[in-house]
Amino acid sequence: MKDTTDQLEVQGASIGYGDKVVLSDLTFSVPHGARVAVVGPNGAGKSTLFKALVGLLPLRSGRIYVHGRPLGNHKDCVAYVPQREEVDWHFPVTVGDVVMMGRYDRQGWIGGDSRADKQAVKRSLQEMGVAHLETRSIADLSGGEQQRVFLARALAQEPHILLMDEPFTGVDAPTQDSTLGLLDDLQAEDVTAMIATHDLGIAVEKFDLMLLLNHKLIAFGPPSQVMTQENLRAAFGAYMTLLADGRIVVDAH
Amino acid sequence: MDLLLEPLQYAFMTRAFAASVIVGVLCAVMGTYVVLRGMAFLGDAMAHAILPGVAIAYLLQGNLLIGALVAALVVALGIGVFARQGQIKEDTAIGILFAAALSLGVALISSMKSYAVDLGHILFGDVLGVSVGDLWLTAGLGVLVLVTVALLYKPFLVISFDPVLAATMRLPGDLLRMLMLVLLALTVVVSLQTVGVGLAAAMLVTPAATAYLLTRRLLPMMLVAAGLGALSAIVGLYVSYYANIVSGAAIVLTATAFFLVAWLLNPKQGVLRRRPRGLV
Repeated sequence: MKDTTDQLEVQGASIGYGDKVVLSDLTFSVPHGARVAVVGPNGAGKSTLFKALVGLLPLRSGRIYVHGRPLGNHKDCVAYVPQREEVDWHFPVTVGDVVMMGRYDRQGWIGGDSRADKQAVKRSLQEMGVAHLETRSIADLSGGEQQRVFLARALAQEPHILLMDEPFTGVDAPTQDSTLGLLDDLQAEDVTAMIATHDLGIAVEKFDLMLLLNHKLIAFGPPSQVMTQENLRAAFGAYMTLLADGRIVVDAH
Repeated sequence: MDLLLEPLQYAFMTRAFAASVIVGVLCAVMGTYVVLRGMAFLGDAMAHAILPGVAIAYLLQGNLLIGALVAALVVALGIGVFARQGQIKEDTAIGILFAAALSLGVALISSMKSYAVDLGHILFGDVLGVSVGDLWLTAGLGVLVLVTVALLYKPFLVISFDPVLAATMRLPGDLLRMLMLVLLALTVVVSLQTVGVGLAAAMLVTPAATAYLLTRRLLPMMLVAAGLGALSAIVGLYVSYYANIVSGAAIVLTATAFFLVAWLLNPKQGVLRRRPRGLV
C-alpha cells in the first residue's frame, strides 16, 4: 500500500518538558521504508523526539504529519521499542503476554484474544527467535532475550513507523544481528524505522539516512553527506577528536 | 464441625462473614494494582482521609458510608489533579492531603462529645455491626468495582506495565489513572466497616503481595490474592469469635501469617528455599 506523501513529516516542531525546550524548530521528512539513524550526544533530544512521535509529549509548536495527516490520527501506526532500563522486569507478565499487548489496539480493549491475534503473536516470536520463551516470566530473560521480546511486540503491532531507543547498546552479537536483520525485513514491508544510537559505525553502514541532533537539527540526509567534520563538530563539540590522518573519533557517551 | 457452624447461627455473624469476604476479595483485587504500581502509601492515605467525611456524615446524621465515599472521592480526585499539574510530586501531594484530611477528621470528632465509642469502630472496624442495608451497599459497590476491573483489564494492564505503549495506542492514560484512584477509593470505603481506616491498607497490600510471590502472571495473581483475601477474612473472623479479639485485627493478622508462609516457602526466592543445596 503505497502513499504518495512522505511517511513522516516534521514541520518546525519544538518539544520540551515543562518550561524547558529540549528540541527546537525541527523540520525534516522521511520517505516510506527508510531506515533513519538518530544520532547526537547524550541529552541532545533523541528520546524527546521519540516521546513526541509516540504522543507522550505534546508539541509546543509546529506539526508532525504521518501519511499527510496530523499525528494521532492513526493510532496503530507507530510502535516503540523502549530502552531496557525503562521496563519493570518484575511485573508479573510472561513473554507471550508482552507480545499480545501489541495486539490490544487491533483486537479491541474488551474481550479475549482471537485466533488471528494468537497467530500474530506466535509469528512475531518466531521471527525474533524467542518462540520457545513464550510462557516464561519476563524476569527470567537475559538482556538479549529481553530486547527480542520487545522487538517481537513491535512486530505484532504491524506498525508503519518503528522507533527504537538504543537497541545496539549492551546486547550480545546475535541480538544485534537479529535487530539489524529485522530492519531489513521491515524495509521490505515498507516500514519506516528510526533508531536512536550511539554507534556511529552502525549508523553509517546500515542506515539510509542520518538525523544528527543537538537540541536542534544539525543535519539530515544520507550518512555520506551528514558525516562531515563541520556537522560532527556542531553536534558533538567537545566529545570529538580529530586524528592526524583525518579520521574523526567521537566519544558519544 | 460444630465449632465452624456455631457462629453462623447468629444473623449478625452471617452478615459479618459475607461483608468480610466481599471486602477481602475486593481489597485483594485492587491491591494487585496497589502493589504493582507502588501505591501502598496512597491506599493508606486514602483510608485515613475518609475520616472527615465520616465525621461530617455523623454530624449531619447521614449514612456514614456515604460520607466516607464522598471524602474518599474528593481526596482521590484531589491527588490526581495536584499531581497532574507536575509542580509537586505525587507522594508529596498525597502526604499533604492525607495529613490535612486526617487532621480535619480529628478536629471534627474532637468537637463532638459522645463519639469515643464509634471512633474505635471507624479506626478498627465494626464488622459485627453490619446491618442488612450496609451489606447491600457493600455488595453493590463491590460488584461495581469488580465489573469495572474485569472490563478494563487490558487498559489497566497496559497503563501499569508500559505507559509508553499506552500512549502509542492513544489510551486516555490520565483518565484511566483517575478511574483507578476512584475504584481504590470505593474499595477503601467498603473496607471501612470490616477492618477500619487503620487496617484497610493492610488488606490492600498483604494478600496481593502474597500472591505476587506465588504467581507469575497478572490474572492468576489477582485470583490468588482474592482467594487469600477471602480466606483471611473467614479464618480471621473465626479467630476473632473464639479468641474474642477485634475482628479487623484478627483478619489482618491472618493475612500476614499467609504472607509469612509464602515469603519463607515461595518457589521464586523463598528464604527457606535459598539455602545452599548442600545443606538441604
